[in-house]
Amino acid sequence: MSSFVLRRLGQAVVIAWIVSMLVFLMLHALPGGLVRAQLGSKPSSYAVHQLARQEGLLRPVPVQYALWVWNALHGNLGFSYKLNQTVGSLLAEFVPRTLLLVGSSLCIAVAIAIPMGLWQGRRRNRVDDHVLTTMMMVFYSMPSFFLGVVLIVLLSIWLPLVPSTASNFGSGFGVDLADLILPVLTLCLGGVSYFSRYMRSATIDNLLEDYVRTAYAKGASPRRVLLRHVLRNSVMSTVTLIGLSLPYVLSGALIVEALFNYPGVGLLFWNAAQDRDYPVLLGVVLVVTVATIVGNLLADIAYAVLDPRIRYE
Amino acid sequence: MTTVVQSPAVLADREERAAKSLFSLAVRTFLENRLAVACAAMLALIALFSFVGPLLYHTNQVSANLLLENRPPSWAHPLGTNPNGQDELGSLMVGGQSTLEVGLAVGVLATLFGLAWGLVAGYFGGIVDAVLMRVVDALLSIPFLFFVVLLASFVTPTLWLIILVITAVSWLSTARLVRGETLSLRTRDYVKAAEGYGSSRPRIMGRHITPNLLGVVVVNGTLKVADAILIFASISFLGLGVPPPATNWGQILTDGVNNLFDGYWWQLWPAAVLIVLAVLAVSVLGDALRDVVEKRLQYR
Repeated sequence: MSSFVLRRLGQAVVIAWIVSMLVFLMLHALPGGLVRAQLGSKPSSYAVHQLARQEGLLRPVPVQYALWVWNALHGNLGFSYKLNQTVGSLLAEFVPRTLLLVGSSLCIAVAIAIPMGLWQGRRRNRVDDHVLTTMMMVFYSMPSFFLGVVLIVLLSIWLPLVPSTASNFGSGFGVDLADLILPVLTLCLGGVSYFSRYMRSATIDNLLEDYVRTAYAKGASPRRVLLRHVLRNSVMSTVTLIGLSLPYVLSGALIVEALFNYPGVGLLFWNAAQDRDYPVLLGVVLVVTVATIVGNLLADIAYAVLDPRIRYE
Repeated sequence: MTTVVQSPAVLADREERAAKSLFSLAVRTFLENRLAVACAAMLALIALFSFVGPLLYHTNQVSANLLLENRPPSWAHPLGTNPNGQDELGSLMVGGQSTLEVGLAVGVLATLFGLAWGLVAGYFGGIVDAVLMRVVDALLSIPFLFFVVLLASFVTPTLWLIILVITAVSWLSTARLVRGETLSLRTRDYVKAAEGYGSSRPRIMGRHITPNLLGVVVVNGTLKVADAILIFASISFLGLGVPPPATNWGQILTDGVNNLFDGYWWQLWPAAVLIVLAVLAVSVLGDALRDVVEKRLQYR
């Protein structure tokens, strides 16, 4: 087990290294960049030179990269001139809210999708299975921002239950529960439609396995077969899916935060992109990517705990 | 040792199957799925609407006419007008063109690139495989929309740039899929035989492995088209689509969302219905094609 974890950890570090290089090179390849963003469209060449030297942009790119990594490893991700704050403090303020949004949506989505997929798999090709499958396909076929709009129309205009945009820009976790409902619901419905499809087909595959027949032959009740045997084997694929879905969920969070004006890291990023706030962009991409890699790593380890065969591959 | 006695019905069935070619079997399996046929017809209609529609229904989609902005549906404008005073129905036709073009182009490009990448990784194996697949893993763990936002904040998007960006995220899972299939195909006897009589590696990959991958890859490519349409809509929502007068369904839908609280329903729902219909039709078609491929595999 420990050698498996170590090997996966090594892979994760390699991937993080590749990503950090990609991010860095991409930002350097793009025109405009830091200097333009800070000095406006017509700076004097002297000012450009001054700033470039001050920011270390005159050094060779590999040296800049090494310095950036060194500083990032020490928690120093730079300073946002637009927001007049260090990137670290901005992230500390905005990341927890996104974690809250993404975490609660994922948990609720999985909690709904697993029983639903199990039920659909058992009731395969019956009316209720068809109804649920169709509904999920329609959700899946909607752009997530439009799904959010449908929810606004339903729950905020027709039935005025919850606010359509977050109003509160407090610090820390300062988010009203009511402001969370629509963003969470939007992300959650997308997640349910994604996970339940896989859970359904995993259940169908497992119901055809020999061990199910054996269990029935031993006299286990259908309920026990489903909940004891099939559930445990079908949940496995969903566990890895959670890890793999993280980039999509985070991308979804970017859209949902922009739509509902929810003050998370997506909105921070979105505003920074419009201001060309270079250090914030770099910091957010790095943190979000590392979070995804860590999430994938945890999912893989969870998978190995659930299924011992994986460790000996 | 026991011999399995086949009933005459099974034997007759087998003969009948052998008489038909795999292709006709595939066509028959597809046609049996009425839903899939309906979806193919729907896609054909949507394509006609977008590409032939503007030839029959002439509207001005280039310049704005602020005297006509945000008009509700009427005889002159069956679906009303948009914030620029352009005919909404005409916009949907023109917008459909770029939406379908992006979907199709991404489907084709991502499939070709993913096929090549996965084929090389799976066939060569070893260090080549490790390096190629780690790159895929790395790219897969990047939340791509963040990168799209990043890119679009620095350069003005064109349709081709958007196609390339969506392709850049779409080929990854294709490459994984193709690699996995190649790993199993390369141990088959016919590959070993081809290696034995000295076929070159490109020839083995091109002539012996690729044809056996095509089914899986085509199904995957179909689903990529659906995803690309959705991603394109999201990109447009984030304000990073192609600048006007060019438009697409995602852009029209976004305008509708921005005017949601003004009650201009005709700017919102028609575009949404078109996107959902197109994506649904492509997805169902992909699932039906998967059934076709799986049935073919049974008889391979």
